[in-house]
Amino acid sequence: MASLVGSRVERKEDKKFLTGKGRYTADINITNQTYAVFVRSPHSRAKIQKIDVSKALRADGVVSILTGEEIAKDKIGGLIAGWAIRSQDGSEMKIPANPPLAKEHANFVGEPIAVVIAESLAEAKAAAELVNVDYKVLKGVVNTAEAMNGETIHEGIDKNLCYDWLLGDRKAVEEAFAKADKIIKVDLINNRLVPNAMEPRACVTDYNTASEEITLYTTSQNPHLSRLIMSAFGGVAPENKLRVVAPDVGGGFGSKINVYNEEIVCSWASKKIERPIKWVAERTESFLTDTHARDHVTHAELAVTKDGKFLGFKNETIANLGAYARVFATVTPTYLFGPCATGVYVIPAAYTNVKAVYTNTAPIDAYRGAGRPEATYTIERLVEKAAMELGIDKTELRMRNFPKQFPFKQTLVHTIDSGDYGAGLEKAKKMSDYDGFEARRKKSAANGKLRGIGVSSYFEACGIAPSAAVMSLGCGVGLWESAEVRFNPTGQISIYTGSHSHGQSHDTTFAQIAADELGVPMENIDVIHGDTDKGTFGMGTYGSRSLTVGGIAIVNACRKIVAKGKKVAAKMLEVSENEIDFKNGEFVALKSNKKKTIGEIAFALYLPGSRDSDFKSQLPDGMEPGLIETAFFDPANFSFPAGTHICEVEIDPETGEVKVEKYTAVDDFGRIVNPNIVEGQVHGGIAQGIGQALYENAQYDETGQLVTASYMDYTMPRADNFPEFNLGFTCTPATTNPLGVKGCGEAGAIASPPAVMNAVIDALGGQEISMPATAEKVWRACKSMKKSNYKAA
Amino acid sequence: MKTFNYHAPKDVKEASKLASVNSAFLAGGMTSIPSIKLGLASYTDVIDIKHIRKLSGIKVAGKSLIIGSTTKHAEVASSKEVQKAIPSLAKLAGKIGDAQVRNRGTIGGSISNNDPSACYPSACMALNAIIHTNERKIKASDFFKGMFETALKKKEIIEAVEFQIPEKSDYQKHPNPASRYAIVGVYLAKYKDIVNVAVTGAKSCVYIDSDLSKKLSSNFSPSAIAGMKLDSSEMNSDIHASAEYRANLVLTYAKKAVEAC
Repeated sequence: MASLVGSRVERKEDKKFLTGKGRYTADINITNQTYAVFVRSPHSRAKIQKIDVSKALRADGVVSILTGEEIAKDKIGGLIAGWAIRSQDGSEMKIPANPPLAKEHANFVGEPIAVVIAESLAEAKAAAELVNVDYKVLKGVVNTAEAMNGETIHEGIDKNLCYDWLLGDRKAVEEAFAKADKIIKVDLINNRLVPNAMEPRACVTDYNTASEEITLYTTSQNPHLSRLIMSAFGGVAPENKLRVVAPDVGGGFGSKINVYNEEIVCSWASKKIERPIKWVAERTESFLTDTHARDHVTHAELAVTKDGKFLGFKNETIANLGAYARVFATVTPTYLFGPCATGVYVIPAAYTNVKAVYTNTAPIDAYRGAGRPEATYTIERLVEKAAMELGIDKTELRMRNFPKQFPFKQTLVHTIDSGDYGAGLEKAKKMSDYDGFEARRKKSAANGKLRGIGVSSYFEACGIAPSAAVMSLGCGVGLWESAEVRFNPTGQISIYTGSHSHGQSHDTTFAQIAADELGVPMENIDVIHGDTDKGTFGMGTYGSRSLTVGGIAIVNACRKIVAKGKKVAAKMLEVSENEIDFKNGEFVALKSNKKKTIGEIAFALYLPGSRDSDFKSQLPDGMEPGLIETAFFDPANFSFPAGTHICEVEIDPETGEVKVEKYTAVDDFGRIVNPNIVEGQVHGGIAQGIGQALYENAQYDETGQLVTASYMDYTMPRADNFPEFNLGFTCTPATTNPLGVKGCGEAGAIASPPAVMNAVIDALGGQEISMPATAEKVWRACKSMKKSNYKAA
Repeated sequence: MKTFNYHAPKDVKEASKLASVNSAFLAGGMTSIPSIKLGLASYTDVIDIKHIRKLSGIKVAGKSLIIGSTTKHAEVASSKEVQKAIPSLAKLAGKIGDAQVRNRGTIGGSISNNDPSACYPSACMALNAIIHTNERKIKASDFFKGMFETALKKKEIIEAVEFQIPEKSDYQKHPNPASRYAIVGVYLAKYKDIVNVAVTGAKSCVYIDSDLSKKLSSNFSPSAIAGMKLDSSEMNSDIHASAEYRANLVLTYAKKAVEAC
């Protein structure tokens, strides 16, 4: 039987999703359900003086109105930050309380103040307008760079500073800089993004008065983690009385990692009113309250010799957390950012200093790439600028500083097990016809257009993560993953996984790897996820971890199945266990060539005494019947995908419009299970990255109103903004898991923003502009190019 | 969303009769429905005119192209008559919004809404359009009064738009990357003796740029307007584009439109 791993198997999910048969949270309706609408703060910062619900309570259809006071009285806990980060002076990070309904202060526009529950959505909406909140409006702190100088948002948190974190050795860096021939400097803004999952957040909560169990249907990337947080920190219900179901989920990109206010409030309220409650976010609510992304202000420097050797790296960053610190908010700009900021290069001395600040804006948390796009943007802008200033070809400069050997002990934290950065770069150059660029530049110039080429070489640390390692870095939980493989008596297999699929195609990929392990057809395998009442525990899907952690748990559980089966086969074939070979779903006695299929063995394990064997058990002495195995997998290390992306743009200097003409991506994801799915992931990631570089920008005005809170003003990239992507792969298998796989979900979004910006800046003859490179910004840069009569290199 | 009475009259007369101070006519609903849903607008009565057959359709009569008011953008874009008579108008219609909007939105709805960044008003201005209503005929230059404001009276319904077929014409649009409305749209139409350059998106209401029109009327070539400085003092400035940038776009697209003719 040919291996399924590596083949372009059609997605099992396609039928469901392409024929509209998905079942999302908003599709769920429960008899007697009520509808929730949240009263939200219209101010970025205000003291809540009084909430008058009397008029609203009298409105038609109102069942209940609950505020922060009631939720505090019931001792329901708030939202949490999942990683403890220490400042460089050794002090703990400063975390403000984040109650599910704000009681005393509102700290961003959209923060929930009260919930109105009514018989219909229209009635709930109408009544919500009658809730009268008396606010004392305060001056909001909005700007990232200025946050430390603003008024104190949270009592006791000086300078609005959560932490002042340092990774690396400043002294060694200063020494390295003293030896440099040249110091390259950049000032960067990593623009704030709104994740914009296609499906808005939603929840349906159902309290059963008899079993006293709450069922929460929700749009989550990690239902088990949600249950754990709501139980352990929210005190909503004990874990055995809380079932969390994340059915089909229409995209998350990180924004659905967090347990949100609405899920806690509706779960709690459902128990209070003893009725089911449904809440579905409107798009505006998504814009205002889904966790946002990025928002860094960075000054970085690279010390180089005149022949292009990198000596040292400095990174001073202010990271905006928004109003509160959420689950991955504190680790995203630290351990997911700092270690990757030295990129794919040998840089003997480096440090990253991050000051994380609170502002009166929506909380910021992990979003596709989380910290690594910001890191890659920092180093790849520096490297490209170094190439320009040194007059060394940008690919040559990178080559000179790549590590020559693996494992590669990267400057700050990671030891990268495998990779070949030069091979990826060479392949990308070839595929993009890098050497033919100057001819294309001339051709564009003849048409009055400016053409630029940009390179971005990246690595990233994903497949999070080794529990011991992440816990030593402050993570509050272990980041293993589990799987249960159930072989049914009649031969089909149900795989329960703690990973959650919301676009990642686990039903297909996981079935492929299990089919290979067990030697059964893929059609016999079903993958079940997203329900804490079904299967084992799981930490969820983020950080490109599903295959490298969750998938390996499945492999290990399958191998336990085979190991047990082997013992049974040995007994049935009357040979010793080591004389049995398992191949293509068959246990074969090596000498006699007698066989038992894995299906026969499974059958025997469920029906241990059969007529054939005179009703004597065919199982080895003492063996339990049944064929169900569970495995928990805790990886030995992160996985380290890497690659080089090359982007080519053309600019119309009269309008400033940037057109992405060519985009080439060469990625090393180790062994690839399904090329179709991986290519889809890369396409999506690049689209998001080009979106960040050219279009997307979440803008608050000076009072803290989000002025880009709809698709009329927030530019989502669309298919016609992109050329055909040119994808290639290299392969150095990961050495830290049995499949040799590396994560692929985030790489596109990590590598692409600097590739695009480097190309734009190249076209502009080195003039730096910030993301997003909108047409007007580029037009202005083109104008000043003419003035200075700058000739492109 | 507030509740309202929905009417689907069978002819224009009935529709007009139903209109009151607090009513709205509904055609494609591409602006009014979202406004009602968002609570930005509320009406006691919504009068749906899209079932009135005679309001839809395209025909050429002599030197005119006449388009019924409830004719959808997609129909204009794909119409052989339009493509032959005024290809730039088909091009304009084909670039409005997205496929869903083009399959529902109507020309009459677009011009009676008179969004300052809508595309159609510029076509009406440049192509010397005459707006036919159930009460009268209005010249485009008298029809568009200001931001979201037209000459239409409460009970007045647009029946058709009559365009004067030009010798040459072109429409150039710099779409807002988010909404794809025009940040600036320039409609250029060349007639025997005169050239009209109509601009949308740049100011609070569509207008004819008389300087550009005059220069191109006497010399129909890009060089006639190259290097001109347009006054940006009345131009819109927002998070998407400054007035200065809009002024640049008007000139740039006027040039591109001449080149395309």
